[in-house]
Order: sequence, then C-alpha cells, then structure tokens
Amino acid sequence: MRTIRSRLLAIGAMLALAVWQLIPTNVTQRVRDATTGRMKDTTIRRVPINLGLDLQGGIHLALEVDPSKGPVPDCADAIQRAEKVVRTRIDEFGTSEPVVQIQGRCRLIVELAGEKDPARAKSIIQRTAFLEFRITDMKNLFRDALPGIDKALERAGVRASGQGAPAASVTQLFGTDTGKAKGKAPKTPKGKAAAKDTTDLNAPGPLSSLLFQGQVPGEYLVPEEQVPVAESLLARPDVQRLMPRGIALEWGTEVLSRAGRSYRTLYAVEDKPIITGEYLQDAKATREQLTNQSVVNFWLSRRGGRIFERETGRHVSDYMAIILDGRVQGQPPIIKSQIGQRGLIELGAKPLQDAQDLALVLKAGALPAPLTIIEERTIGPSLGQDSIRDGIRAGIVGVALVVLIMVTYYRLSGVLSVAALALYVVFTLAGLAGFGFTLTLPGLAGLVLSVGIAVDANVLIFERIREELQHGKLVRTAVDEGFLHAMSAIVDSNVSTALTAFILYLVGTGPVQGFAITLIIGIAASMITAIFVVRTFYMIWLDRRPDMATLSV
Amino acid sequence: MIRLFANANYDFIKWRRWAYGLTAAIIIPGFALFLVRGLNYSIEFTGGTLIQVQTAEPVGPERIRGALDAAGIRDAEIQQFGAVNEYVIRARLGRADAAVEGSTETTAAAVDSALARSLGPAPEHYKILRTEAVGPKVGRELQGKAFLAILFSFIVTLVYLAVRFEWRFGLAAVLATFHDILTTIAFIRYLDLEVSLVVVGAVLTMVGYSLNDTIIIFDRVRENLRKFRRQNLYEILNLSINETLPRSVLTHGTTMATTIALVLLAGEVLRPFALVMTFAIFTGTFSSIYIAAPLLMYIEKRWPGEDARGARALRPAGSVPLTPPPSPGGGGGSEVRSKAAV
Repeated sequence: MRTIRSRLLAIGAMLALAVWQLIPTNVTQRVRDATTGRMKDTTIRRVPINLGLDLQGGIHLALEVDPSKGPVPDCADAIQRAEKVVRTRIDEFGTSEPVVQIQGRCRLIVELAGEKDPARAKSIIQRTAFLEFRITDMKNLFRDALPGIDKALERAGVRASGQGAPAASVTQLFGTDTGKAKGKAPKTPKGKAAAKDTTDLNAPGPLSSLLFQGQVPGEYLVPEEQVPVAESLLARPDVQRLMPRGIALEWGTEVLSRAGRSYRTLYAVEDKPIITGEYLQDAKATREQLTNQSVVNFWLSRRGGRIFERETGRHVSDYMAIILDGRVQGQPPIIKSQIGQRGLIELGAKPLQDAQDLALVLKAGALPAPLTIIEERTIGPSLGQDSIRDGIRAGIVGVALVVLIMVTYYRLSGVLSVAALALYVVFTLAGLAGFGFTLTLPGLAGLVLSVGIAVDANVLIFERIREELQHGKLVRTAVDEGFLHAMSAIVDSNVSTALTAFILYLVGTGPVQGFAITLIIGIAASMITAIFVVRTFYMIWLDRRPDMATLSV
Repeated sequence: MIRLFANANYDFIKWRRWAYGLTAAIIIPGFALFLVRGLNYSIEFTGGTLIQVQTAEPVGPERIRGALDAAGIRDAEIQQFGAVNEYVIRARLGRADAAVEGSTETTAAAVDSALARSLGPAPEHYKILRTEAVGPKVGRELQGKAFLAILFSFIVTLVYLAVRFEWRFGLAAVLATFHDILTTIAFIRYLDLEVSLVVVGAVLTMVGYSLNDTIIIFDRVRENLRKFRRQNLYEILNLSINETLPRSVLTHGTTMATTIALVLLAGEVLRPFALVMTFAIFTGTFSSIYIAAPLLMYIEKRWPGEDARGARALRPAGSVPLTPPPSPGGGGGSEVRSKAAV
C-alpha cells in the first residue's frame, strides 16, 4: 500500500509539474501598431510553447560577409561586428522576439517570427552601419524646453482624446495623477472646459513625469514600461516643433536597473556629429595591468585625426555620445583633453566584456561588413496556421486509431495504457515548454508518430503478461513477470531510437532539430508512462481485487 | 479476448529465399533507376529557389509557366501542390550560377514580379505563401551533414549493439537495417519523392525503428537460446519470431495508424516524410523477420558461437542428435540480464 501511495504521489507531482509548465502565461510581445506604424508592447496570454517559424510564419535568414565587395581577412571578426549592428536595429523589426545569433564561425542567423515584409527586414539587416560621435546637451536646452512641451501636450492631449494610442496614453497619465481628471477625461472627449481643468492641475507634465535626470548632462532615464508612451509622445509633430534648436533625442541601448525597476536611457544630444565612423580605422579593447581598468583604444585616419583634434579641443569637459545607427552605445564618456589621431576611452572598473562590446561598436562603424544572404525562408502566417490545423487533425485521428486498437485488443489493460498515453502527451508538451524547445512542423509529426511508438512498450508488456498467464501463472505473478521480462527489450529499443534522434539533432537544422527533440522527449515520456504509470495502475487494480483470477488483458 | 497470431507456429525461416527474391525485386530495379536518374533532391540540398503561391482562381500550371517564360525564367519546375489553386515553383541552381551567392534571392523577386505582371497585383490575385532561397554553399554543407548523419547513426548503433549483444547479433541487425535503407531509397525513387532534410530525418528514424524491431526479436532469441538447450538455431529463430509476432503486428498497427493519418491529413509539406515513414515501418518489420533472423543463422553457421548451435541450424530439426549439456556460460549472447525493478 505504501509503495502505491508513494508512486501515486510521484505521478501526481510529475503531472502537477507538467501542468504548471503548460499554464498559459502572460507574454509581452512587441508588435507594430497598425495605425501609427510604431512598435508597442502588448500583453497576450498563451500556452508557453515556442512555435517554430514554419508554424507561426516568419522569416529565417542566414547571412555571411559578402566576399564580392572586397576581401574578408577575418570573417569571424566581421560577423561579430555585423551581429552587433543587427542587434542595435532589433527594435525596427516588426516582431516580438527576434533571434540574432552567430552560427559556427562566420554565419549570422536572423529569425523574425511573424514578420510579413521580407524585403523590409532584409533592407534593415543589410543597411550599412553608421557610427557617429555627438556632444550631449551640455546646456540642458532640452530640460529647459520641457515645461513648454508639457503645456503643449496637456492642451493637445485632451483635445485629441479618443483618437488612437497617443491620446489614450495621455489620458491614462492624467488618470494616475488625480482621480478628478481620470473621471473627466473620457466623459468629455472634446470639451474645452476639461482642457482648462487639466492645465490648472499644475501636476508634473505628461512628458516630464516620464523622465528622470541621469548622471550625465543630457541623460534621462525612462521607466521601461513607459518607453512606448514616451516614444509616441516624442514622435508627435507638436512636440517635434518645440524641440530646442540643434538638439536631437536618441535612445540608448542600455537598460539600467535602479531600486528594482528597469529604465531605458534617453539622451539629448547635438544633432550634428563631431566625427563619423568613416574616419575611424580600428579599435581595440584591453585591460590596463597597472590600474586594472578596462579601456578601448581607437585610431582615426590622418584626416579624421585633424577634425577630431579641432572638435575635441572645443569640447574639453563635454560628454561625447557614441551613436551607432541612432542608438547611443553605453554611457557617454567625458572628453578629458584634446584628442588627435589616437584616442582612449576609459571604462573604469567595468568588465573587459563591456570594453570589447564598445570596441566592436567602433569597429562596426569603421569597417562596415556588407552581408550577403545565403539562405532565406519565408513562411506566410496563413500557411503556418494551415500546417498547425492539419497537423492537429492528423494527430487526433492517429491517436484515436491507436486508442481504438489498444482498447479493443487489450480491453481494460488497453484502457490503462490509454490513460497513460494521455499523461504521455501532457508530459511531452510540458517537456517542450519547460526546456524551451521549439515545436516545428516536423516536430508535430514526430509527436504524432511517437504516440504510435509510445504504446509499443505497453504492447510488449501486455503480450508478456498474456504469455505468462498462458503458462498458468497467477495474475499477480504474471503481471510482475510480464513487466520484468519486457524491460530489457523496452530499454534496448528506446535507447536505439533515442540515439538516432540525437544524431539527427546534432546535424539537423531548425525544423529537423524540432523533430529530433520531440522524438527524444517523447521517448523519455513514454518510458515513464508505459512502465511506471501503467505499473502503478496495475498495482492499484490488483490491490483492490487481490483474488482476481483472470486479467482483462 | 481478441488474440492475433496467438501460439502461431509459422515456419518463417523456410520462406527466406522467397523473401530475398521479393526484396531483390524491389531493390534492384529501384537502384537501377536511382543510378540512371538520381534522386529528386530538394532545394535545401541543391541550392535554388522554391516559391509556393496561392492564386485567387485555379489558373493551372500552364498559365504560371507562361508567366515565367515571359519573364525569361526558363528552367523552373511548376507543380500543383495540395489544393487546386496552390502551386510550387522550383528553380534549382544550375552549374553555371552555382558560383554566385545571392542569385537565388533575386530569382524569388523575379518570380514575384513575373506573377504580378501576368496574374494581376499581389494580395488580390495571388499570394506568396512560402519562399525558400538557398545558396549553393548551404546546399553543399547540408549534403555533407546528411551523409554524416547517416554514417554516425550507423556507427553509434553499431557500438550500442556491440555493447548489448554479441557481435553476431549486431552484424545481422546492422545488415538488416542496411537492407531497409536500400529498400527505402528504392521506394523514394519509385514514387519520385522529394528528398528534403526532413525525409533524411524519416530515414534515420526508420533506422532506429527497424533496429528496435530487430532487437526485440533478438532479445527473445537470446532468451530462448538459454531456455531451450536442445533446439537448434533454426527452431529457436522461428519460435522467437512466432512468440513476438502479436507484438510485431500490434506495434506495427499502432505506428502505421499514426503515419497513415499523417499521410492523409497532415498536409502536402509533410507528405513525403509521412510516406517514407509508413514504408519504413513496413520494411523495418519485414526485415527483422525475414532478413535479420536468417542472416543471424548464416553468420552463426559461418562463424559458429561457443555452443555451435548455428552450425546445425540448416539441418532438419528431427535429425538433431542429443547434445551434451552446454557449458554454463552458454553462447556469447546469453549474459545474465539485469533484473531491474520496474
């Protein structure tokens, strides 16, 4: 009895763990807003199983450095730069979780699930990197302009309420300020009185309430969740008009964590660069032995050196933002003295990795690596949905047939194995979700196929039990012997299938790897259910009816 | 209670020559065809462009051919794919353009504009459902990888078998599996199925499945060799096959049920995979009974094991002289199995 209880507990625990993995969770997705064309965050609820591109539609690109546009001395180095560049552009893709990774040494893989416009995606990826150094807003011109922008927004915010995303965000902000405005804003969409009301509130303005002053002049921190709101506010033409002359805003790449909240950096910088990447020649990260500091050395061309010398001479003690493709990289360093052809950026106690990243950014601007697409797969979302529908339909029919065969042939024992099969499906899906593997179309086929193979272990056991019964053994002995004797065959056969699946995983690409993974997880799950779970069912059954003379098998 | 082939007592081994003939009749013409025409490799392997389009009305492949011809895209293959208004256009890379990376991508764009000119503008008149453009380099790499995969799976299963069984059993199992690969290639050639990486995956899965099937019969052979000291190998093989026959039929049935459901319902993309898998299950079961078991007998005859029962295998059962009690160790294949608690 105690073994039955502990077995049931173990099964219950496994089931609970599996179900817990499959509970729909809130997933934040960045999607393109249909009306404004900007990216925004939305939260959706879904079962946390990753679907491959072949099931949800999307673009898979494999890129290499284009050798036809000049010799590539070190492709691994060039592809690292390219990866850095593509990463900085990640927000431009119309997709939630873009995959950008280096495969092997010299190949870049970009996967954009749900992206519908391959031409646009390709142009974003293949665009040449643009690096520039710009002085930050040392005179705080932007901060001084903020009250005016706030006022304009407040005036416009109410007038524009009910007119799409930006206005709605403003209303929401008022809502967080006072209960009074919260109640009023939706009721009076066009009322001039309401506009006056909000101006009179004298609360922090719609934009300035989102910004926190950073450590460097011109640096602001925006709470991560407010970034889309801030973006949409800053994009408004009336805000653009009020921006101080000669100042532009650029987002940073860094996400800072302060007191449990994460912030994105926003920089007010001069709109003209003091120098651009074309004058840069090389950059290198090192760790100074004496001071134990990470530093990045960079070299400019002769002409670049002259320009840089002049500009840095004018801007000693100013902060210089390093901007790659419109994204400020890291925190802007201060210009300590006039710099010529050779410069040095000190990163202090920061790890060498940071310095290497920065060197990569500088090199990306200096030595653009033109990429060529060597493989492209685009799957339309409708095709993916069709595949899922067909796959599920085939799965249901296939599993129904297996259930039919098992129940008619093995009767009550067949029912036990079908119950175990249900657990098997849950375990396999939970395995995919829990380990974060991706379900692909061949994976779906593997899942269906493995249901057919999964019952093999039960067939082996049941046949053995039948044989033992035929030899005149008692029911209880026959069950014990049946499980015992079927064991070696089950282990052997499953191991051999798992081994081939593992090889397939090693050499395969995306969809095929999905197949291999599903097969391997399926084999593991089927071993657990067919042997352990069915055995437990038998134990309970025999425990209830100890005097059972015949077995329904 | 339904019992299929319970207490069956068929003389499977007797039919081995017929089985050889049957499988030779499948393999030899298939291979002749394979040598002459090769296999229909997918663009993953050859490099090239594949475009799946859905037209608003079923225009027929000729219309699409015309559209492509007008745009100067000559050597593309056009195939109706599943539904009447869906087509797949394939342009494999020739030798001439194999040197140029990136040319596959321009082909996709050229096909798109050719269709737009002939059928009318995109979303209303036709829709591109899927594009694959594979450069020659990726194709070559994949060929190498697929070859390696098959090679590795052989080596790994061989090592596994060597550990679990005596080498005679292992050799018979591997040869039977090799036979399955040959028949499957012949099958792929007969139906002119497209060989994609997923189909290679099916072949590898088949290797696992077929080996699995053989192992289960051999496992029983090993057990019966220990149990029945007086029978010769011929009888033991037959006995073991008959004893495991219900299992073979049942598992065959359940697995086949799922693969046939995949063939019929899972859509055009998976169909080659599902067809190969269905055939693989058939050939895997067949070879375990008719190829692996007789092979084991021949191997035992050629290189007899310790108690040399294989040597007497081909003699009629009745004339077997009484054997002295065998040494406790028995044949190499009969080590004590671990009685793992279930």
